[in-house]
Amino acid sequence: MTSADYLPILILILIAAPFAGIAILLPSVLGPKNPNRMKQEAIESGMIPFADARRRFPVQYYMVAVLFIIFDIEVIFLFPWAVSLNQLKIFGLIEMGVFLGILLIGYLYVWKKGAFEWE
Amino acid sequence: MSLPTLDFSLILPELVVLITALLVLIADLLWPRAASRGREQAPAVLALAGLILAGLLTLLAGEWSGATLQGMLVADALARYLNLVVLLAAALGLLLSWSYLPHFSTQRSEYYALYLLAVAGMLFLGKSIELITLFVSLEILSIALYVLTGFHRGQLAGGEAALKYFLLGAFSSGFLLYGAALFYAATGATRLADIAAQNAGGFYMLAGLALFLVGLGFKLAVAPFHMWAPDAYQGAPTPVTAFMSVGTKAAALVALFRVVQAAGSVPVGVWATALAFLSLLTMTLGNLAALRQSSLKRMLAYSSIAHAGYLLVGVVAGTAAGFDAVLFYLFAYAFMNIGAFAIASLLERPGFYAVQDAGIHAADGLFGRRPWLAVAMAMFMLSLAGIPPLAGFFGKLYLFAAAVESGWAWLAVAGVLNSVISAYYYLRVVVGMFMAEPSASAHLRLPLPASATLAVALTALGTLLFGLLATPWFQGISR
Repeated sequence: MTSADYLPILILILIAAPFAGIAILLPSVLGPKNPNRMKQEAIESGMIPFADARRRFPVQYYMVAVLFIIFDIEVIFLFPWAVSLNQLKIFGLIEMGVFLGILLIGYLYVWKKGAFEWE
Repeated sequence: MSLPTLDFSLILPELVVLITALLVLIADLLWPRAASRGREQAPAVLALAGLILAGLLTLLAGEWSGATLQGMLVADALARYLNLVVLLAAALGLLLSWSYLPHFSTQRSEYYALYLLAVAGMLFLGKSIELITLFVSLEILSIALYVLTGFHRGQLAGGEAALKYFLLGAFSSGFLLYGAALFYAATGATRLADIAAQNAGGFYMLAGLALFLVGLGFKLAVAPFHMWAPDAYQGAPTPVTAFMSVGTKAAALVALFRVVQAAGSVPVGVWATALAFLSLLTMTLGNLAALRQSSLKRMLAYSSIAHAGYLLVGVVAGTAAGFDAVLFYLFAYAFMNIGAFAIASLLERPGFYAVQDAGIHAADGLFGRRPWLAVAMAMFMLSLAGIPPLAGFFGKLYLFAAAVESGWAWLAVAGVLNSVISAYYYLRVVVGMFMAEPSASAHLRLPLPASATLAVALTALGTLLFGLLATPWFQGISR
């Protein structure tokens, strides 16, 4: 590969960088501004960003977040498979069955272990 | 579009290990009351059966040849040999876990499922001939080992070890992936054979190979990328340490060997010199640090770093004889190192909240308490130090001979000098066992569970037999 082959990537960067900049700049010019203490926090996610690290937090959120990531990735994996299924035919179906089967075992495991119980 | 040809018979042992892992995972969902009926070791039995079946399938497979899964995995003599080393180490480590795990955990099926997944990752790593597959296999084994390292949840050191191992391991995976990306940039291929065929030179290949060396160097615990190893090896449950110190090294060395072969366009002198200096640094640093340890387990951890240095000598030699020597040494190392860790685990007093680590003097006076255990430990120590007629001596002999043959005499000399240094701390343990007064905790009972005794007996037998029958075995490898 020569350097010229990487030109599209350079063009992509040149487009993406201003785009990100505009997305930050425009709201600061056009948007309404009613600052309050919570809105001024660095990350507005419900967690207090600056506090003692050794404090209690609800572990259920963590379990749900981890499981979400796993099944989120599964869905991302399903999309290209669904598009190309008419070429992959029965082979693709079986392969995806194996993949889903393994995930299903993991799902049953966390279920039985009580990861979904909120209380 | 043509569909890929899949020959599952070539990856049968790996599939057996994977399926066993899944079975073990759901075993206590299917039979929730097994534990109360005195069958709490059912997951261990299942896991051991899976490992033995995989080992038999590897042995009985006949001549393996050819790539499968679209040229992502290869089943060759090298992979077959690696299978045997990893499965042996895994089975021995499992025997140790059998009696060790109940001290602190009731999560048996979780432990053994992760353990088997780590084994599967190692087996796949040894068969990978494609960059993405190689990376995924490495991650499968690493992630399982991160969790296993911190499996002793009541113990603070275990959590520290797991976190350190995870952070540095994730970092090193980044290096490896960057190396893979640069290989791809230079050649436009991810299969090692295609990369070799391109014969592309230049900066990308060189930088890619350098990053690969860093990434795999982390997994091998090669200095200066070894910083995680002493803490991880000390904090992990001892059976896990025993297994991972051998299995990870074996699998990563095979991967390293395959990658340096593929990067044929990079002049041999360049990477061999880099590896030679890494090897020199690793064995010197490992041995010097081991001299100063006050914990038996940490001393063995540093000794394991030093052995990574010895093993690299065979890769540096770059010849077939060099890598045959590595393979022989891996087998010898599996026996003597796991044996040493087995005895360290017997001398420990693991509890739910903490492990009373075996100090450097824990083995003092062992000969008076458990004579056969002391004799076995003496064999492991002497073999690790490289004293004939034990397996470790012949392993080093073949390694250093291969280095001299391919013009790396100074590295062989450095290896021999290092063995001399290492003899000091190995022999100190031996002297303590036979001559010193018993340690302060010696009045406590020293229980000998049957499974761990079996592991010690097997490793001692292996250390002795591989020494006595070294020549025919080595010829068997080279053939």
